[in-house]
Amino acid sequence: MIKKILQSTFVKMVSALVAVGVLSGAVLWMVYDYSTPKIKKNLQNESQRAVKNLFPQMEKSEVMKNTGKGPDAVMKVLDANGKLLGYAFNAEGNGYQGLIKVMTGLSPDLTKLQGIEILESQETPGLGAEIAGKPFRGQFVGLSVTHEIEYVKNQKPSQPYEIEAITGATISSRAVVALLNKRLKEVRKVLKGGK
Amino acid sequence: MIKDFIKGLWKENPIFVQVLGMCPTLAVTTKALFGLSMGLATMFVLICSGVVVSAMRKLVPEQVRIPMFTVVIATFVTAADYFLKANFYEISKALGPYVPLIVVNCIILGRAEAFASKHGVGRSFLDALGMGVGFTLALIVLGSCREVLGSGTVFGMRVMWQGFTNWVVMVLPAGAFITLGLLVGLFNIVDKKVKDKEAKKA
Repeated sequence: MIKKILQSTFVKMVSALVAVGVLSGAVLWMVYDYSTPKIKKNLQNESQRAVKNLFPQMEKSEVMKNTGKGPDAVMKVLDANGKLLGYAFNAEGNGYQGLIKVMTGLSPDLTKLQGIEILESQETPGLGAEIAGKPFRGQFVGLSVTHEIEYVKNQKPSQPYEIEAITGATISSRAVVALLNKRLKEVRKVLKGGK
Repeated sequence: MIKDFIKGLWKENPIFVQVLGMCPTLAVTTKALFGLSMGLATMFVLICSGVVVSAMRKLVPEQVRIPMFTVVIATFVTAADYFLKANFYEISKALGPYVPLIVVNCIILGRAEAFASKHGVGRSFLDALGMGVGFTLALIVLGSCREVLGSGTVFGMRVMWQGFTNWVVMVLPAGAFITLGLLVGLFNIVDKKVKDKEAKKA
């Protein structure tokens, strides 16, 4: 009887599947163990590099307490003498095809942008992807943020808080402006509240 | 034996002849480098799963072979994905979800079912290697064509003259279909010529 059960196809099937599952689990555990710290470091390096691009004189940055958890936190950027160069923080929102993640730099007095760096985006190559290009990003350097950022189409910006949207990629341009406005509001609240 | 390797390159080329695994083929080949890395990742999974499937082919109950092959394949795909993320972060970012999607690439399950589960480890290895190289070469050709016309570069090096206007359509999905269609056509013409010649000789 027992012999019969052991030789049944059902038992064979189940034991074969369990064996494969356990083995693959073991392999994946090892892979995970090896790569997770490296992946974490890659992400950190990337945002560090972005902050450095925004603040070339940066010597070190500190994560500010009570400004949010993990990637939501605001960073204080300091130069070699410990002078405050500005603040850096992540901003993200939906673009045309997926999440857009932007590293944002803000001046110490919170009135101007230091610039933006696109960390992640899945916008259309050649069109929306140009949000990561110099001509578009450059417009945010020194942009006044005492007023909400606005965009104009097919004309040069006339106000200090305006930028020109990319032709053929209005949605992507608008998404960047919207996610910055939203995040700036939060950050300003947090920073002013903290003082 | 050597035939097992060679057939993947031309006679049974996964892309131009079998037309398998079109999802990554069309999606990631905006640049030659992405085609190359996608091809290598796929080749890694093909070879590993081919060898493992072939090694365990006698222990696998007929009824559950497909789920078992899938688990093996998924394991290697996850390993490849994490490896890329850990060591080649930029490339893995560019390939995005298409590395995990190798799991459902029909070349891999197709070769496991059609070849590795019926042949020895050595032959399965050669078969997987041939298919992998054939797939990679096809992706590089496709990626280069699209990169030259779409961005004016090959592997990031400028090849087009200054003032060349990039054909944006080539990096968009439509460009993938157009290029693939033309390449398959070209492949068939060449293939036919070769065969005619062989027939004349005989």
